[in-house]
Amino acid sequence: MSNYFKDQGKRGENAELQEELASTDKNKKRDAVKKVIRDMTLGKDVAGLFTAVVNCMMTPNLEVRKLVYLYLINYAKTQPDLAIMAVNGFVKDCGDPNPIIRALAVRTMGCIRVQQISEYLCEPLRRALKDSDPYVRKTAAICVAKLYEISPDLVTDQGFIDTLNDMLGDGNPMVVSNAVAALAEISVRGTPKALVLKNSTVTKLLNVLNECSEWGQVFILDVLSSYTPSDKTEAVNILERVKPRLQHANSAVVLSTTKVIVKLLDIVTDSEVVRTYVKALGPPLVTLMSNEAEIQYVALRNIILICQKRPSVLSNEVKVFFCKYNDPIYVKMEKLDVLVMLANENNIEQVLMEFMEYATEIDCEFVCKAVRCIGRCAIKLQGAAERCVNVLVTLIQTKVNYVVQEAIIVIRDIFRKYPNKYESVIGTLCENLDTLDNSEAKASMVWIIGEYAERIDNAGELLDGFLESFSEETTAVQLQLLTATVKLFLKRPQIAQEMVKRVLALVTHESDNPDVRDRGYMYWRLLSTNPEAAKAIVLADKPTIEDDTNLIEAALLEDLIGNLSNLASVYHKRPTAFIDRKKANDSMDDYEEAEEPDSAQATAKHPQGSREQESAKAPVVDMLMLDDPVAPATQAVRETKLDDLLSLDAPAPTQSARSQGADLLDMLGGPSPAPASSGQLPTLLAADKGNGMEMHGAIKQVNGQLGYELEFKNVSSTVLNGINFQMNKNLVGLALKAPLQTPDVPPGGSHRVTVALASDPSKIEVKPHAGNAGGNVVQLAVKSNLGVFYLTDSIELAAMTTPGFSLAPNVYMSTWQNLPAENQTVKDLSGFPMNNPNAIEQALQVSMGRRGRGRF
Amino acid sequence: MISAVYLINLKGEILIYRAYRDDVSRAAADAFRMQVLAAKEFRSPVQVFEKASFFHIRSSNVYLVAATRENVNASMAFQFLFALVEVFKGYFGGAFEEEAVRENFPLVYELLDEVMDFGYPQSCSVDLLKTFIMQEGQQLDPGRALVAASLAPAQVTGAVSWRREGIKYRKNEVFLDVVENVNLLMSSKGTVLKSDVTGEIVMKTYLSGMPECKFGLNDKLMMQGEGKKGGSGSIEMEDVSFHQCVKLGKFDSDKAVTFIPPDGEFVLMKYRVSDNINLPFKVSPIVKELGRTRLEINVKVKAQYSSVTGLNVIVRIPLPPNTAKVTTTAAAGKAKYEPETSELVWRMRKFPGDTEYALSGEVEMSARIEDKKPWSRPPISMEFQVPMLAASGLHVRFLKIYEKSNYNTIKWVRYISKNGQYLNRI
Repeated sequence: MSNYFKDQGKRGENAELQEELASTDKNKKRDAVKKVIRDMTLGKDVAGLFTAVVNCMMTPNLEVRKLVYLYLINYAKTQPDLAIMAVNGFVKDCGDPNPIIRALAVRTMGCIRVQQISEYLCEPLRRALKDSDPYVRKTAAICVAKLYEISPDLVTDQGFIDTLNDMLGDGNPMVVSNAVAALAEISVRGTPKALVLKNSTVTKLLNVLNECSEWGQVFILDVLSSYTPSDKTEAVNILERVKPRLQHANSAVVLSTTKVIVKLLDIVTDSEVVRTYVKALGPPLVTLMSNEAEIQYVALRNIILICQKRPSVLSNEVKVFFCKYNDPIYVKMEKLDVLVMLANENNIEQVLMEFMEYATEIDCEFVCKAVRCIGRCAIKLQGAAERCVNVLVTLIQTKVNYVVQEAIIVIRDIFRKYPNKYESVIGTLCENLDTLDNSEAKASMVWIIGEYAERIDNAGELLDGFLESFSEETTAVQLQLLTATVKLFLKRPQIAQEMVKRVLALVTHESDNPDVRDRGYMYWRLLSTNPEAAKAIVLADKPTIEDDTNLIEAALLEDLIGNLSNLASVYHKRPTAFIDRKKANDSMDDYEEAEEPDSAQATAKHPQGSREQESAKAPVVDMLMLDDPVAPATQAVRETKLDDLLSLDAPAPTQSARSQGADLLDMLGGPSPAPASSGQLPTLLAADKGNGMEMHGAIKQVNGQLGYELEFKNVSSTVLNGINFQMNKNLVGLALKAPLQTPDVPPGGSHRVTVALASDPSKIEVKPHAGNAGGNVVQLAVKSNLGVFYLTDSIELAAMTTPGFSLAPNVYMSTWQNLPAENQTVKDLSGFPMNNPNAIEQALQVSMGRRGRGRF
Repeated sequence: MISAVYLINLKGEILIYRAYRDDVSRAAADAFRMQVLAAKEFRSPVQVFEKASFFHIRSSNVYLVAATRENVNASMAFQFLFALVEVFKGYFGGAFEEEAVRENFPLVYELLDEVMDFGYPQSCSVDLLKTFIMQEGQQLDPGRALVAASLAPAQVTGAVSWRREGIKYRKNEVFLDVVENVNLLMSSKGTVLKSDVTGEIVMKTYLSGMPECKFGLNDKLMMQGEGKKGGSGSIEMEDVSFHQCVKLGKFDSDKAVTFIPPDGEFVLMKYRVSDNINLPFKVSPIVKELGRTRLEINVKVKAQYSSVTGLNVIVRIPLPPNTAKVTTTAAAGKAKYEPETSELVWRMRKFPGDTEYALSGEVEMSARIEDKKPWSRPPISMEFQVPMLAASGLHVRFLKIYEKSNYNTIKWVRYISKNGQYLNRI
């Protein structure tokens, strides 16, 4: 059999296969079908064999028939007309005496997502739902969900939802659980009334739970978790019924049970009951930690949520979460978070020893997080702060570069939390100044020096050392240096007078970063007008900080608890934040803020963040660099606040700044025809595909002139130049009037340009394009120093037509009749009010009004 | 629900792609394959690429990947992938490898069709699947295959979905293996940071008909359930989890373990004990760094059990990566430096009870100038098997089997304690 994979790439293979498929020899036929499936697996296009393969469908060999079905599922969509050929076979199979064949036919038919087939599916499906064999019924139940995906109306009209609800009382547990799964999916996808949990339904489901397969239990438990019992007694009753599931070997059953229990405990008020169940949750969660690493990972992400909701669940189990040397890194990282959550005055000694042990491991990211966790423990547990600081000092003495840097960052936070308590360690910190290369560590160190300037004898010298390389530092470090110098000056004016002048001159004259420059101006003004006020503001007491690294905002936490075991609980994000459905997009913005802390890790890897910052800067500079900035007190106050939010110093690009940037670009680009869509052009070429060149564009009409509006963004590290742009022949013969002229685009920059287009009859080409792409596709080519790329775009009808143009009816008629016959094609439009001219006119106007929707 | 399942080899090539829904295509996995699998960049077993989430696990040289665009039950997705491995192993004779997948791709597709429908896991019991999905080679002629197949569905969906009816054995036998994995984490100062036993009771049944089994251990709770006092011989289990055949309701109410077992081998229950564990071995290591280029090692291992003998005992002592020369003297067994893993591996085939062996050695390292990081001193790990020892003190008190025909059953019970993560920090 292995030779199926070897003899590839022969000429005319498909033709050969075609012959073999038609062979009368059973074995030859079987082998041919297998070869087709192999090719399909390898990603080769075998769509051309459709007819030949479908002809093999009626083979008595079940194995071959299943392979033919597999082929059908994959290719029916591309050849809907031919797929109809298979329908008869399916319908016939649905009446087969063998339940396996009946189920197979229903299952496969449901997978063929072709509208025409679905209509034929209804009758057999109805029969299958009432089949005498449970195997057929359980398959049919899922099939209803499949049909709903293709055609929701069909499902509701045919009354399948009621049938499914009836099936909840079926005697067979697997039928019930599949019906539950199907109903749950339908209710999520748009018919919320499909599954209404009533008291009686819940009782039915609880009864079935004991006998279901492991997966069936998961479907049912997941549905139960969304049920709100009418009173406490019912809640306790459900709790009792689901609790035994915690002993199941399948982790999904355990976690789904946990979800049901944690949610129900909100309703129960009897503290004794709550205590019992909270206690019962602990051991099963611990058991999950002896599963495979992947399952442990899901469990750990869930445990973080459960511990925040019910802190006592695992309070005595801290040892379970000690990292093993060969745990995968993703398990170790999560364990660290859990350890901090479970740390208390009693176990802190052990936990700290663990963290210290981890700090000697190899994975840099893990080590840094372990060090950070020590700091979080110090902030969380006042009584243990001193021990934590001692451990940090020990670690700093190891002189391992990244350990030292991380420790310094952490100590900064400890100083914030417990001011004037542990300055004795400053001496140790200062020994390591020259090893610092991480900007956060540097910024932290500088902050510490500024904050304790009066106790560090050589604070001036130390800062001076940093100032030498001022221009090479990151913004965060520059801001800290500026503030620290001002603090030093306010505390010990005699030694820092010259220095503060120098720094202020440096930032106001030489820095091209608006944030740094502005802060410099503000300090300057503040110091020169009222030094006392400056003192009060710059040296004010800072608000205390808490360890909130892992705290999830209450509303989000509730949502995530309802999603335990689901992906949402793994990502710690609401489902709407990562599920790509049209509906989801509308509510996205509301959630953005809540997600920020968690997505920080992910976004850090995207270079995009900094790029946006870059482009947002330009307009900001112009707005803030007014010639005569009045320095009202309010501004200064705001500034100190900024100063206090130490870690927030690097300004995140705000939404408003970004959109302002876009608006400015628009203004430069002249009046745009459709303001609503002008800010963002559709993406033609993504940066990762274009070697760092990102390209957006759309065909638009500006002042009656047709043009291709293009935007090139350079995400690469080199200058983008020599951009050339060409359009292939297309349906309406659009071509460039003149070659595209673009300047060089520096790294991080972008260029927007509109090239005029004209219709040229010689460039017209009508050809049916491959696949389901319509004829309105235009092929494009872009050449630059980053390479040549071929892309496609579609020509929008709305962009091509002349607005406000009307034609006298008789002229239109004659033009129409003069068209040669070969230019006509006929197509039946269903669902269109053909006999009502007014309705047609109205429909056309609506679609023309909605720019961009009308495509041909 | 799950949209597609991929089997991908270590090079990142797709061996099998089975779509259950049409929202994640074959090509959609490309970014994931290249950036995660081929690049071996595993910072999380679930990752998002182009709005689709990819779950992956690895079994020998194949990655099993499930993709979805929805908020699916993540632990279910992983459990399903692991169940899939078991199914394939059951069909491929115990080993699941790339070659087996390539050679049996029609069978793989057939199985994938049966174990999941529209992204919802269905029956994953190998025993039952085998009743109607044949392996190649032993395939019956088509007509008969269909007849055999028609018997299957009732059992697939039945309440006892893990056992088919009409099983017959001439000799009815049950084998119970109590396999205990002993986990230990010992600090460098010799204090036990964490120790527990994760045990499994593996059952092999060759029983006719539909036998109902009842099973008793010396667990305090279980004994109380039977109305007996959990006396001095009893142990305290922290948690237990059972195979799906065990009636959980019954266990919850009266602590009785009753079940109708699947045919053949399965894990009946898993448990965890962390109090009063008899650690089989005590390791006392001394690893001294003498300057930057020399190490002195002294490891003593003491067997803390008596009257039984440990087998295949291996002590792995990590050494710095720049180790150049190792000289050792061992009281028993052989010690050898293995440069691939930078470990000194000390093997003893037999380790009688109540004995102590010692190993001493000297290590010379090549001086490396660029190496600034100190050696991370990974922990010493141990591997061992001690037959007829249950480190947790557990023992099986009874196993009763009831069947209509009332046949006699031969029962065998074995115990073995093995290493789990048996780590001594140095």
